[in-house]
Amino acid sequence: MLEFLDYEILRLTWWALLGVLLIAFAVTDGFDLGVAMLLPFLGRSDNERRVLINSITPFWEGNQVWLILAAGAIFAAWPHIYAVSFSALYYIIMLMLISLILRPVAFEYRSKINHPAWRTIWDWLIFSYGFSATFLFGVAVGNIIQGLSFSFNEFMVISYNHDFFSMFNEFSLLCGSLSVMMFLTHGACYLTVKTNRKILIRARRVLAFSPFLLMSIFAIGALFVQFLPCYKVISSAGIYSDSNPLSKIVTVGIGCLEDNFEQYNWMWIAPAIVFILQIFIPLLTILFFFKTAFIFSTISIAGIITTVGFAMFPIILPSKLDPKSSLTVWDASSSELTLFIMLIAVAIFMPLIVVYTSFIHKVMRGKITENDIKKNSKSLY
Amino acid sequence: MELGLVELSRLQFAITAIYHFLFVPLTLGLAMLLAIMESVYVMTDEEIWRDMTKFWGKLFAINFAMGVATGITMEFQFGTNWAYYSHFVGDIFGVPLALEGLMAFFLESSFVGLFLFGWDRMSKTGHLCATWLMAIGTNLSALWILIANGWMQNPVGAYFNAETMRMELRSFQEIFFNDVAQSKFVHTISAGYVTGAVFMLSISSYYLLKNTNLQIARRSIIIASSFGLLATLSVAVLGDESGYTAAHNQKMKLAAIEGMWETKPAPAALTLFAIPNEEKQINEYEVEVPYVLGLIATRSINKEVLGIKELVKISQSRIINGLKQYKILKRLRSNKSPNKQQDKNYLSANYQDIGYALLLKKYRSDIENATMQEIAKAAQDTAPKVVPLFFSFRIMLACGFALIAIFALAFYHMNIKHNFSKTWLLKLCLFALPLPWIAAELGWFIAEYGRQPWIIEGILPTFLGVSSISKTHVLSSLIGFIIFYTILLIFDIYFMARYIKIGPEKLLRHHY
Repeated sequence: MLEFLDYEILRLTWWALLGVLLIAFAVTDGFDLGVAMLLPFLGRSDNERRVLINSITPFWEGNQVWLILAAGAIFAAWPHIYAVSFSALYYIIMLMLISLILRPVAFEYRSKINHPAWRTIWDWLIFSYGFSATFLFGVAVGNIIQGLSFSFNEFMVISYNHDFFSMFNEFSLLCGSLSVMMFLTHGACYLTVKTNRKILIRARRVLAFSPFLLMSIFAIGALFVQFLPCYKVISSAGIYSDSNPLSKIVTVGIGCLEDNFEQYNWMWIAPAIVFILQIFIPLLTILFFFKTAFIFSTISIAGIITTVGFAMFPIILPSKLDPKSSLTVWDASSSELTLFIMLIAVAIFMPLIVVYTSFIHKVMRGKITENDIKKNSKSLY
Repeated sequence: MELGLVELSRLQFAITAIYHFLFVPLTLGLAMLLAIMESVYVMTDEEIWRDMTKFWGKLFAINFAMGVATGITMEFQFGTNWAYYSHFVGDIFGVPLALEGLMAFFLESSFVGLFLFGWDRMSKTGHLCATWLMAIGTNLSALWILIANGWMQNPVGAYFNAETMRMELRSFQEIFFNDVAQSKFVHTISAGYVTGAVFMLSISSYYLLKNTNLQIARRSIIIASSFGLLATLSVAVLGDESGYTAAHNQKMKLAAIEGMWETKPAPAALTLFAIPNEEKQINEYEVEVPYVLGLIATRSINKEVLGIKELVKISQSRIINGLKQYKILKRLRSNKSPNKQQDKNYLSANYQDIGYALLLKKYRSDIENATMQEIAKAAQDTAPKVVPLFFSFRIMLACGFALIAIFALAFYHMNIKHNFSKTWLLKLCLFALPLPWIAAELGWFIAEYGRQPWIIEGILPTFLGVSSISKTHVLSSLIGFIIFYTILLIFDIYFMARYIKIGPEKLLRHHY
């Protein structure tokens, strides 16, 4: 019955699912990280800030699970990728962890003491975790595109050539900024749906410029990759063989990251959609089409992440230290059985998750106002 | 002892896991208790039960936030600090972790939002469903994590693939129905229920001693002591089950816990107390109970239980056998094999002792040239240190039996006799608060330290599992975690204490 699911199709499906999970994380957790970054600027009084905070508190926990799930799924489906990326990006991951650990406690602790100084400190801590998690997410992707410094020996033990500061080079900083603009825009769109009056107007003001910044950075990035090293698989053991990353030859060139797009023209849809949709976001929010603007932002985030995936295919994690150690769709996956079992589990539970997440959003629907905060001062954050 | 990369990585994992497990058992226990209390509210329609749910729910929320915060670290740490481990067993170990996210963590994290903020937006039954789904989520979460951990203790359903140089999945059913995982799961969630029950019992006793919040405190105690009594008994029974499974799969762990240097003739006696002497490999001041260990470990009176010295000898022969298998693996991996397919086939059937050969990597990198002396040392390494395990186990047991006694007393006096004014009993309940945490953390210590030197029992030595990053990396993150976690823990305890002091009646502005 499921014979069409051979090893090749399973690997391709899991490559796509890797993208789906990262996109799901970015479009759900993206809006609450965006709101966190906007908190000190869009909320000017304690009550206004509480509106911002309570617009995301019922949801952020569920949103974050997409990241946890992505990490778990990479562990199960792409063990090499999980092992190499997390350890090669050690400090970046640790800093990201600290940002993410700060989040649950920030909401919990901020509300517990009603003192202006205490709350201001937490407001800026909330901003910091939002900004640093978002920025580091982009920096990590920027480094992955350029290749990480790792190699395998014959027993698959990984060695690294760590240099923390070179991880913050021009291109990865650019990717970090793109990530910030992406979530900032997304968070502001979310706020136009969830708030009204002053905060809504301020969110709209953010949206008057942030989509344009996003598009400019994305375009500069596209020019930048012309000068970046890129990796091409010349020969490999084949798409059905056991995952052994050491059985292939990889060459390094310059500016070939756009080759896939030239070979498969339809791939241009992914980057194109980002420009097509972002440009309408300011207009849509002026015309009160808030939900449409949010959906446009969602799709363009998917467009950005898909663009990266398309450009690198079939490589997922290039190695600049030892190009043949690079990890690809065909040699970094789990065994066929593991991919199959995990796919069945995803096919059953992912739709369920979508259903109950939408149900929760439906229960908690509607705008949150300063009046709500005053009325439920005790029970809300 | 100088701390190398391996020691630092282990220390970091241990410390972050210990912190994480300060919050997890309370989440497990309170989630169930909240669901029970809210069910009573929906069935009886008495507002006091709703307020109880809300009050304990507030304390639950503070604890839950810390559990989530420290949990993210666990999920990421396998990759950051145990990269070789992740590569070597990700094909199997990753599966329960991913399923935990898909089936469990999503459920609890999504519905905790509705539990906390959905009171006025849903029908009574609707909200009750949300609470139950959250509680079920936390339990499922424990199930998958313990299946993952159970596999580390007893790696069933897997085989070694020489081409990919890792363990791969052979049978998902075997991993799911791994008897170690199943008994660990029930043992652990019961321990969580005990923690939740002690927490409620202890704080309610505090109110009764202070003569405040009496209505809520009495009801909470009734729920806590009946739930707690059942849970402590279940922990004990399932702990016994864990001992029985360990006797099959982790003989060395059992021998170390029991301080059994020599093989005891059947039926083995249980060592109640002793002072083990690691150097001389004997126990001093031993107090024994005849027959009992044999009964627990083998459920028979005619099977013997192997001692450490004999198990070390078995390890030694496995190392020697493992070296033969390792030599084949090495020539295959370095492309020097005369017949690749033949070597691969050989290894897929004969890999069970490679892990034992790898123990020699501690002493030299070209292990195929190891001397008999090094082999003997590596064999000796398969025995974990006895003293810490021997005493941890006995302290854990003492905590457990003390809790059974406390719950039995509380149940008798308060649930049956309805006497809530026995000051000595209330004080006893109040000061019992740390016991479940001590027992739970020691339980994990025994499970994990008792498995040493293995990260995967018999398959991969712990020291090979680490990421080969620099010591500076691990040292800096370790210091970072300790400082950061300690600050958060101080706030956590402070806020808990503050809310407990304010009490439910003032907090919810309702007097009964």
